[in-house]
Amino acid sequence: MSDMTANTQPTPKSTSSLYDETKRTKRRNQSEVRFKAYGVAAIAIGLFFLIALLVAIFSNGTPAFKQTFITIPVELTESALDKTGNRNVDEMSKVSTFGYKPVVTNALITALKDAGIAIPFKKEKDVEKLLSSSVAAQVRDTVLADPSRVGTSVEFRLLASSRVDGYFKGRVTREDLIRDKNLDAEHLDIADAMAKAGLMATTFNADFIFGSDASESRPEQAGIGVSMMGSLFMMIVVLFLSLPIGVATSIYLEEFAPQNRFTDLIEVNISNLAAVPSIVFGILGLAVFIQFVHLPQSAPLVGGLVLTLMTLPTIIISTRASLKAVPPSIRDAALGVGASKMQSVFHHVLPLAMPGILTGTIIGLAQALGETAPLLLIGMVGFIASNMPDGIASGFLDPNSAMPAQIYEWAKRADPAYYERAWGGIIILLLFLMTMNIIAVILRRRFERRW
Amino acid sequence: MPILWLFVLVLALGLIGFVLGRMRALKDAHGDIRQLHSLPNYYGANVLFATLIPGFAVMVIWLIAQPMVIQSQVTSLIPERAYTDAGSLNLVMSDVRRVAEGLDVAVAEGAMTHEQARDIRSEFTDVRARLGAVGVALGSNVEPYVLQAAQKYRTLSNGGLWLMTVLALGAAVLGFVLSYLRTNKEQRSRNSVERVILVLLIGAASIAILTTLGIVLSLFSNTIEFFKLYPAKDFFFGTTWSPSFGGGSELGIIPLFWGTFYISFIALAVAVPIGLFAAVYLSEYAGPKVRAIAKPLLEVLAGIPTIVYGLFALLTVGPLLVDLFGDGGALGVGWMKGGTAVMTAGLVMGVMLIPFVSSLSDDIINAVPQAMRDGSLGLGATKSETVKQVILPAALPGIVGAILLAASRAIGETMIVVLGAGAAARLSVNPFEAMTTVTAKIVSQLTGDADFSSPEALVAFALGMTLFVITLALNIFALYIVRKYREQYD
Repeated sequence: MSDMTANTQPTPKSTSSLYDETKRTKRRNQSEVRFKAYGVAAIAIGLFFLIALLVAIFSNGTPAFKQTFITIPVELTESALDKTGNRNVDEMSKVSTFGYKPVVTNALITALKDAGIAIPFKKEKDVEKLLSSSVAAQVRDTVLADPSRVGTSVEFRLLASSRVDGYFKGRVTREDLIRDKNLDAEHLDIADAMAKAGLMATTFNADFIFGSDASESRPEQAGIGVSMMGSLFMMIVVLFLSLPIGVATSIYLEEFAPQNRFTDLIEVNISNLAAVPSIVFGILGLAVFIQFVHLPQSAPLVGGLVLTLMTLPTIIISTRASLKAVPPSIRDAALGVGASKMQSVFHHVLPLAMPGILTGTIIGLAQALGETAPLLLIGMVGFIASNMPDGIASGFLDPNSAMPAQIYEWAKRADPAYYERAWGGIIILLLFLMTMNIIAVILRRRFERRW
Repeated sequence: MPILWLFVLVLALGLIGFVLGRMRALKDAHGDIRQLHSLPNYYGANVLFATLIPGFAVMVIWLIAQPMVIQSQVTSLIPERAYTDAGSLNLVMSDVRRVAEGLDVAVAEGAMTHEQARDIRSEFTDVRARLGAVGVALGSNVEPYVLQAAQKYRTLSNGGLWLMTVLALGAAVLGFVLSYLRTNKEQRSRNSVERVILVLLIGAASIAILTTLGIVLSLFSNTIEFFKLYPAKDFFFGTTWSPSFGGGSELGIIPLFWGTFYISFIALAVAVPIGLFAAVYLSEYAGPKVRAIAKPLLEVLAGIPTIVYGLFALLTVGPLLVDLFGDGGALGVGWMKGGTAVMTAGLVMGVMLIPFVSSLSDDIINAVPQAMRDGSLGLGATKSETVKQVILPAALPGIVGAILLAASRAIGETMIVVLGAGAAARLSVNPFEAMTTVTAKIVSQLTGDADFSSPEALVAFALGMTLFVITLALNIFALYIVRKYREQYD
């Protein structure tokens, strides 16, 4: 038959060689190249955003770890700080920070004169605007801690005000100061001279990492340490509740649950909870834990409970996956040598699934650590997290902030000096998240068994 | 903290029970483990559970029931003239609680004796000043009936705590003794212990149901409360949003909906093309090396907390867009007034959603059988023609599902819009204007507020309810589509 067709129909004569591109082929090849280029462009755009985000974070955030300090000797005059002269701490603590302020200001004026820096103000006292308003308290605390120092000259490392700090970091320029009543351009001249004389320097600031939040007018003093403790206590709650509950739920659903309505109901609920917006969990926390159970507002305990409910679906889903990955032969072998069902699960399946479970838990914790929205509703913002919790009960129950909530709080404040702190806080938060994720990856690589 | 001590005490009792029960079983078998029905630890665990469960059960039930009983007892002491409705009764009750706590503090600090705290009358002494002296600040002078109620509250709750301690310890000891006496070598302790563990597992699994129930109930009851104060019709169809805590607020949800959908639309317009092309490239074109690097890097975008995106929108993208589209900007169009705008939030949210769309679509495209690709390529189609005419149509339901899931993410996203979108509720088509969303308004109506009696605070629950229903519907619909699609190839 093929012969017949070949005979009756003459082969169509090709007008061109296969090696020549026809117009149509050309168009098709061009569209192929274009399509591939779209794909490359999409990946490139995605990666560009990632890089832009990281560049924004690190370029804006690294200055937060440095702070401008003024190092000057302060003459702790007895007449101002200890009128009775008997170095009694109780009597001395009656002198408030207002009493210390002139002492520090005078020390600054003396130091400037010693260094040969001219003070171009009518009132010499105006140089105190170079200093943070927190320095009086700093000097007072040092004096009260060791009253024997009164009457001597002690070298202090004092915070410069946030405008001066911003000038050294390039955030504040002389033009900005024209309408600023907190600082004048002449102050910057003094600051330049002081930096040259070695009285003022921008150095690493550990207080940003370990210190407490400060009031809105003193960004130079604010740190993220207290809210870090808040986050820590929340994570403890999340870990100790969500791990056992999540593992128990997964074991039940994966190993024991019969196929019935109740099991279906649980499964549907878990998959829905995984998709509920996080802010709804905040509303739940507010209505149930605070309004109904009367737990204290702003407490890390409540934050931990809310985040537990939020993380549970993540942990359950990953735990079930790793339980499923344990081959049935393990269970059969255990049952075959006389173990009960419960024993086969708890003695054999669970230990084998543990690396996977821990990986899932760490990823769930990392998610919870970065979550902000529900914390806003249970009141972990809007106040100054200024006190380190004293003791474990106070850590769980006293009002505190959390790292992401603190960053949000800083971002909402009016002073641009706080933006730098917010970015710096993000660097710390991301370092924690990165560490947790790396631990999870290592756990998975080292301990997870492929069957 | 007597409750903590009670907890520790019951726990200690249980542990002692564990040791004793184990020893008793072994002794009964004369130290020969083969004569026991179960392993020795199960006998111990049996006594442990028999001690802990009744003890803790009494504690939990008491702690839940006591406040309700006390509430109803104390409410009867408050004269009806002092409150007009349930809301103001709650206010009076919180006053009562605060005074009662203040009296506790005063006793603890030694400023008052127990008798004084029980018997003082506000007719004779200034209670507010005396409590203020120990650091308890009260908003107003203490009315005589509030003080009486507070004193009653104190006696009842103190008495209740003592009764609870006695009952809980009694129950624990009873369980201990009974199960200990019943321990012998024939006892089937493994079976009973395993039954208890199974019940605990079921209990843990029920927490998911309880959470959903908690969400629905807390949203629902407060929403009903809100609709009692504010007509539902005005809420769903009102076109103005101007809450004022002084009263006379207009709480129409339409401007919020408009902002939410506008921002989500822009986010999807960014995320869907980029995510989809990235997924196609990664699954069809990229070699294993490129894939191994690019895929995890894109997924890093999904692991970054939303507060970071919020800050990125507020401080980086917003000012950048103003430089381009603002007054005197690089493009000279002057469309944008401030950094916070629909465009800012939408763009950044789009970036956040890229990995979401790309990894879901990647999975779906990979699930398309290889035979379909081979068939198409064998007929002479180019790779892009195969993708466009064979793979994408086959994967379409799954991709639609992925986009719906991304949309539900976008609608429920909070931090980016709180920081990047602005606070003004507006009905406008200009994407460079500030608008606000449902989630942002939930935050601003509820933050730092503990009094939920005004419609301005309660509206947040109605907003939350709407949000919950919308995202739930989207998710269920998306999962339905994805699941239906999967059945075709498995």
